[in-house]
Order: sequence, then C-alpha cells, then structure tokens
Amino acid sequence: MSSVAWLIPALPAASAVVIVALGRKMPVGGAEIGILSLATAFVLSLVLAVEVFGANVAATTSGVGEAFLHTARVELAPIGAGDSLFAGIRIDGLTVMMFLLVTFVSLMVHVYSLGYLHGDERFTWYYAVLSFFSAAMLLLVVSDNLMLLLVGWELVGVSSFLLIGFWWELKANSDAAIKAFLTTKLGDVGLVVGVVALWGQFGTFDIAAITAMVGDGVQAGGAPLDTGLLSFALIAFVLGVVGKSAQFPLHTWLPDAMAGPTPVSALIHAATMVTAGVFLVARLYPLYSAAPAAQATLAVIGAITLLMAGLLALVQEDIKKVLAYSTVSQLGYMVAALAFSYTAGIFHLFTHGFFKALLFLGAGSIIHAAHSNNLRDMGGLAKVMPTTFATFLVGTLALMAVPPLAGFWSKDEILVEAAAAGGYTGSLVLVVGALGGALTVLYMTRVLYLTFAGSFRGEGHPHESPRSMTGPLVALAVPAALIGLVNLPVEAFQPYAFSAWTMFSLEYWQTHPIAFEPAIAAVAVGLALAGFLAGWALYRALPLGDDDPARRLGPVSTVLAEKYYLDRLWTDLVTRTIVRDTAAPAAVTLNDEVIDRAVAGAGRATVATGRRVYDDVDQRGIDGVLHGLATSTWWSGARLRLSQSGNVQLYAGAMLTGVVVLAIVFAVGEVS
Amino acid sequence: MAAVYPLIFAALLFSVGVYGLLSRRHAVLVLMSIELMLAAVTVNLVTFWAIAGDALLTGQVFALFVMAIGAAEIGVGLAIIMLIYRNRASVNIDDADLMKY
Amino acid sequence: MSVPEVVMLATGVVGGAAALLVVTSRNVVHSALYLVVALLAVAGVFLVLGAEFVAWAQVLVYVGAVVVLLLFGLMLTRAPIGPTGQGNELGKAMPLAVALAVFAGLVALIVTSYGGEVIALEHVPPAALGEVLYVAWALPFMTLGFLLTLALIGAVVIARREEGEGPLPEPDPDEPEAAEASPPDSSSWPQRQPEPTPDEREVSA
Repeated sequence: MSSVAWLIPALPAASAVVIVALGRKMPVGGAEIGILSLATAFVLSLVLAVEVFGANVAATTSGVGEAFLHTARVELAPIGAGDSLFAGIRIDGLTVMMFLLVTFVSLMVHVYSLGYLHGDERFTWYYAVLSFFSAAMLLLVVSDNLMLLLVGWELVGVSSFLLIGFWWELKANSDAAIKAFLTTKLGDVGLVVGVVALWGQFGTFDIAAITAMVGDGVQAGGAPLDTGLLSFALIAFVLGVVGKSAQFPLHTWLPDAMAGPTPVSALIHAATMVTAGVFLVARLYPLYSAAPAAQATLAVIGAITLLMAGLLALVQEDIKKVLAYSTVSQLGYMVAALAFSYTAGIFHLFTHGFFKALLFLGAGSIIHAAHSNNLRDMGGLAKVMPTTFATFLVGTLALMAVPPLAGFWSKDEILVEAAAAGGYTGSLVLVVGALGGALTVLYMTRVLYLTFAGSFRGEGHPHESPRSMTGPLVALAVPAALIGLVNLPVEAFQPYAFSAWTMFSLEYWQTHPIAFEPAIAAVAVGLALAGFLAGWALYRALPLGDDDPARRLGPVSTVLAEKYYLDRLWTDLVTRTIVRDTAAPAAVTLNDEVIDRAVAGAGRATVATGRRVYDDVDQRGIDGVLHGLATSTWWSGARLRLSQSGNVQLYAGAMLTGVVVLAIVFAVGEVS
Repeated sequence: MAAVYPLIFAALLFSVGVYGLLSRRHAVLVLMSIELMLAAVTVNLVTFWAIAGDALLTGQVFALFVMAIGAAEIGVGLAIIMLIYRNRASVNIDDADLMKY
Repeated sequence: MSVPEVVMLATGVVGGAAALLVVTSRNVVHSALYLVVALLAVAGVFLVLGAEFVAWAQVLVYVGAVVVLLLFGLMLTRAPIGPTGQGNELGKAMPLAVALAVFAGLVALIVTSYGGEVIALEHVPPAALGEVLYVAWALPFMTLGFLLTLALIGAVVIARREEGEGPLPEPDPDEPEAAEASPPDSSSWPQRQPEPTPDEREVSA
C-alpha cells in the first residue's frame, strides 16, 4: 500500500487541474471532482493508516523491530558536492497522522463549502484552489527531504494567499492577503537559512540521513557533531515556525487572515496550514532533542504566545477573530509542548485540528444565519439552530479541555510533560499552560453566551443552515468528542495507542512513556472550572445589549483591545512620550536654564567689558567688525545652502570627483 | 591578445556611463547610463578572469551575478520612476528634489 | 595583429560609439536602441575572451529583457518620447570634465598596471561554467535567486497604486501645461511650489 501512497497528494493536485480545465462545464461547478478526489484520498489514507499503525503496534507490543518507515525517491538534478535534488516520499506514523487529519478536514470543508459558497461567482476557482491547497499540504507532509518540504511549504503559502484574498474586491481582504503572505515570507527567510545551514553541516537534504547522522553524533565527512551549528540551524527553523504557525511576534497575520471565507479559515488557518510549523518541528524532533538551546527557544515562544493570544481572544468582537486568537494560543501550546515531548505536541495538533475545524465551520454556520461576524449581532441562536448549537458546544467543550473530550487528553499531556521536564522552561510552560486553560474557558464561555443565549440582537430571521453545512458539522463533532480516547494515558493501552502509532523510533517510545498525573489534571480542571464560573458570573445575568462585559475589565480590556499597543509602540511611546514629552522638554530645559544662563552670564560679562572698552576704543571699529562677521556668516551660509540642491546628479558628480581626486592622491602617494 | 584592449573598452564604457549619469535629466536615460557602467564592470571581471585564469571561473560567475543585480536594479528603479511619475507627472530627475535646502 | 585583436578592436569601436550615442541622443527611444548595440558589443567582447555562456546571458538578459523593460517604462510613464531637448541643470561642462577625468585616471591605471600583459585566450563551454556554477557557487547562486525574488516583490510594492492615490493625470492635447498640473490628491508628495530664487529672497530679506 505504501508504494502507491504518492497517489494521496497526487489526487487533489490532479483534481485542481481538472477543475480549472473543466469545472465550469460540470453540473456542480467542479465541486464534485474535488469532493471525489478528497474522499478517495481519505479512504487511501485510512488503508495506509491500518498498515502503518499496525506495523508500529506490532513493534511496540513485541518490543522488537523499529518504527515503520518507507521512503522512495526519484532523482531530479545533481547539485554538486556529490548530492542531488530528489523528489521523494516518506511514509511513517507522523505522515499518516497528517494524511488522516488533512484529508478528513479538507473533505469536510469541501462538502461544507457547497452550501457556504453557493452561488458565488468564483465558485469553480474556489474549489480549484482548495484542492490545490490540499495537494500542497499533503506534499509538505509526505516529502522526505527539506527541499521538497520547502516547496510544499511555499505552495501552501501561495494557496493561503489566494484564499484569504478570495473576495479581493474589498481592499481590506486583499490587504490581509498581502499581509499574511509577506509576514509568513519573513519567517520563511529563517527556514531557507536553516535548510542551507543544515545542508552545509550534513551535506544532504534527506531528513532520514540527517536524523541518522545526528543519532550517531557525526556530521558531513564523519566529523563530530557541532551542536552550536546545529542549534543555529534549528533556531533559524524556529523563525519559519513563528511565521507559519503565527507565533509571537509574527502572529498578527492570522487574525487578519479571517478575511477569507470561513471554510478556508477552518481548513487552512485552524487545522492544517498553520500547523505546518508544528509539523516541521515534529519532523525534525530527533534534531531538536540534540539541541537544548533550540528547545528552550520553542518553549519560551510557545508560552508567550499561548498566554498573549488567550488574553487577546477575550476582547474580540468578531467571532472569527476570537477563534483565530484561540488558534494562535493553541498553536503556542503545541510549539511549547514540542520542547519537551514529541507525542504531546503532535497529539494536540491532531485533536486541535478536528475540534477547531468544527468550531470554525460552526462559526461559519452562525455567520451564515446572522449575516454578521460581530458577536453583538448574535444571541439566542440555540433555539433556531439546534444542530449548529449542539456541534458548536461539543467543539467548545473539547477546546475547553473538559474530560473526556479530545482537548482534555492532549492538553493534559502537555502539562504533564512540562512538569516532568522541570527546569525553568518546564515550570514556565506548566504555569502558563494551566493559566491559559482557564483563559480558554473564559473566552469560550463568553462566545457561547453572546452567541446562543438570550435573544437575537441582529436583523432578520436566522434559520438553520442547509444539510451540506450541518452534515460536516456532525461528522466533525464525532472525532472532536472522541479522538482523545486514542491516546488514553493508561499504561496497558499504550502499545496500542496514538503514541505507538506515530512514534518515530521504538527506543524513543520506550523511554518516553505517556503518563497521567491526577494532581495536574485536577488543577487543570479546577482552573477550567474557575474560568467557567468567572465567565458565567460575567456574562450570564448582564443585559445582552451593547454592553459587553469583556469591556468591564477596565484598563485591562483597553490594553487588550489595542493588542498590547504593539502597533502603537512607535507612534505613541517612542515618538510622543519619549521624544515629545521627555526628550524635548529636557532639551528645552537644558537650553533655557543651563545654556541660556551661561550664555547670558557670558553676555553680561562681555557687555560690562564692552562698556568699559567703549570709551576707549572706537565704537565704529568694533561695530564694524562684529557686523562684518555676522553679515559674512549669513552671506556664506546663503551661498553654501545652495549646494544642498536636492539634485542627485550634482551629488553623484561631486562623489565621482571626490573618487577621482582620492585616486590621484593615492596614486601619487604610491609612486613617490 | 593584449589585455589593454578590453580594459580600455571597459574604461570607455564606464566613463560614457558617468557622463550620461551626470548630464541627462530623463530618469530612464539615467538608468540606461547605470546599465552601461555595470556592463563595463562585467567586461572588467571577465577580462581579469581571462588574465588570471582560475579554475573556479570566478570572474565569469561574478559577471553573471552582476547581470542579475543589474536586472534587479532596473526592476526596482523603474518602479521608483513610475511612482515619481504618478506623484509629480514628470520623469525628469531634477524634478525629484524634495530633499533640497 | 591577430584575428581576435581585430575583432576586439572592431567591437570596441562599435560599442564605444553606440554608448556615446546612448548618452547624447536627443530621442530617448533611440537611446534605448543604441543601448542594444552597445550591450551586444559587450557580448561580442565576452565571446572573444572565451566566456561563451556569459555572452549569451548578456544577450538574453540585457538585450532581451532589460531593454524591453526600459521601453515599457518609457511607454508607461507616457514621458515625452520624442526629442527631450535640453539637458539638466548641471549643463554639459561639469559632467564632461568628470567623465574625462575618470577615463584618464582609468586609462593611466590600466596602462601602467597591465600595459604588457597578454591574455592567453581560452574557450570555456557553457557546460564547464554550469558545473562550477551549480557546485562551487551553488549557495551564492541560490542567494542571488532569493535577492531577485525580493527585488520583484519590492518593485511590485513600490509601483502598486495605493488606495486614495489619484488616477494618472491625463495629458490634455489642447493644454500642454496639463501634463505638469498636479494629480488630484497627491498630498503625500506635494508638488513643487514656485518659490523665489535665492537672489530674490536675499533682496527681500
């Protein structure tokens, strides 16, 4: 089966081409081709999963053998130094897990969009790009070398750009697309640097070869491994992760990216593309475990991101932006988790993909009904949209990490691993992660109350969405609720569990068992309960009119609504406060008090002396000299000013003349 | 072949480029003059490679690099000229003198 | 005088003359066409020196792309394509003096340093250059590709019409001054105001 695994990315790619070519002539505008190809890819992924996961379970139960790994490649072009560019696939537990996630969510989004984009004039184009994105994402996860991975990485960036700006007639949308593209490109600079640095160190792009060399503690030419160089490359990769996975401080593009159609947000900006950074770290996990500096970077960035984004989610008025900041926060969890544990990070990636896609699609259904993104225009929707409400509730509970739903198991695992790791970074992630859990509950409680409770505050009569939209919601609610159970932290179950399916080496699996700490789980649940009670107290009884209690947090909410003033840092703090309010008055004081007085004193002394001399020296003479000096200064200044003509050619001429003169001077000096 | 021929040719191109750079007011012509100067530099690079004859073909490779830089410079330069034209309705380089006294 | 030297002299004379015409021609489009000749002459010099691939790259990149781009620039700015007439504020004497000084300095340097040097001509086939370029120079080469991408993005960003920026001023054939009038709302870059010459100011002061 793994020999035909290349079909899984190839099918959506072919479908994208076919949709562009024939889509307009098809009865449903090309959507059926996309759905068919993704459904086939999903079934293939399931078959592949049985084979790969089965092989891994066989290894863990018997304790012999190694993690499943199948690679195949074709040579594209020699690039010198004995290396070549290859197009290769790598099938292992991680790849298959991503296959399952991407094909399933993509299939659901394909179906859902039938209703959401019904009647859009660029319907066919939308499906073509959606299929293209799926193909690019599958290529990213299946590639066996860094170069091909980079290609997939950039292709998902391009399709994300196309889909964010899908309704480009609105300037804000095309601006958001450009912002997302350029911001992630900034991170990609780091990625390119990292790839080149790894190639320089190991002489190959092949991930398996690099991993093996790091395992043996050698680098290219058999020299001993230079950990500093490796850390440099891996931290450069972290920059790429920060861009793609919207980590602090490059997270700003993701909330803006909500300008795209909601199903796109569900697929690209919640479940798949933004997790590419997390996937990259997981793929290179053996390298990261050899570079503690890079791991600490991950932990700190993840911790900052998860707390900061969780707070920001609290004051957003756009339901999609709440979810976007929530995504940023959850990605922070994953990045931080990968500093300690491979399984914890990718398990959260896996569960989050399902329940966040569900939440976004639910939000899309709500927006479809309320005709507004704004939480103020919603309310009371539980009665009119029962299916959406039920599924959104499941997704919310999963995100809130309520046991036994998906989010609980994965988030708990992160906290346990952070506690086990200890040290500064472990403690940081543990504390921040637990607090972030309470924040998650708080902002999701707010969304629930503002959306579903009370009475409808918008205009028109909301109604339940069509079947094509509620169907995927129900289909996603099942894994969102239950998928966490695949990694139950019970020792006897572990050889058959998620951690065994996706292991990258048997030894790692054996030495890093999945544990369950009742104390940590209890604290996490307690904090979540506290968050819920706070949310309940804040949002339950208040009149659900214009008054959003999030605003009642006082100055805190103002800070959050201004996104920590990061945007205003320069305009306000630096230019106004420091320059205008501090530096400028200080300069004025200095000028008035010190210099002026000194000058005045000197002046008085001069005048006194002058008066004395006045009687003796011809007043005219002194006067004449002083006036002459002043006039000549003024006159020469007026002339010299003309040299600043603003004429660049004059400047260029002056520069070249200077060069010639200098050359002559040096030549003469050399000769003599 | 005597090395001075191509070198003198390059010097001529460069000086002509300098003259154009300083004397013409049409911004596109100024860009052309800069291209002439860059071409002179590539001629020099290739000539010095021919004199030294190193195995890595450094001069030729750098000539290619200079060409790529030149192409990039033309792209950005023309973009700037378009912007100036849009804002000032003129492509005369001495009209873009906002930095004057 | 050997054959390569004759060819070199011929291309040099043609190229130098064309370069002179580029900077002295009154018609901008003619300048661009003379630039083609000058750059083809440079390619000829490369061929004589044995750098075959560089010569063809010169033809492709400069003659094929850069000059076309320049012509597009001329077309899109709707600048006066005919004779441009007067030079700039610097006049001709100062540029000529600087250019001659540069030329004299360079020639003196070349003659003193390379006067007796003789080049042993050697032909490098493109394949040989390719092997070096993609092996020893692979990383600089990739960096260069990255730079070109950045330049592309930068050019797009710079030339992009921003929101609120006015449409292109339409030159009115009846009123020649219309082309000089300010676009509707180019407030970000104010037009030059007519201002007193320094002498007038001096008098008024």
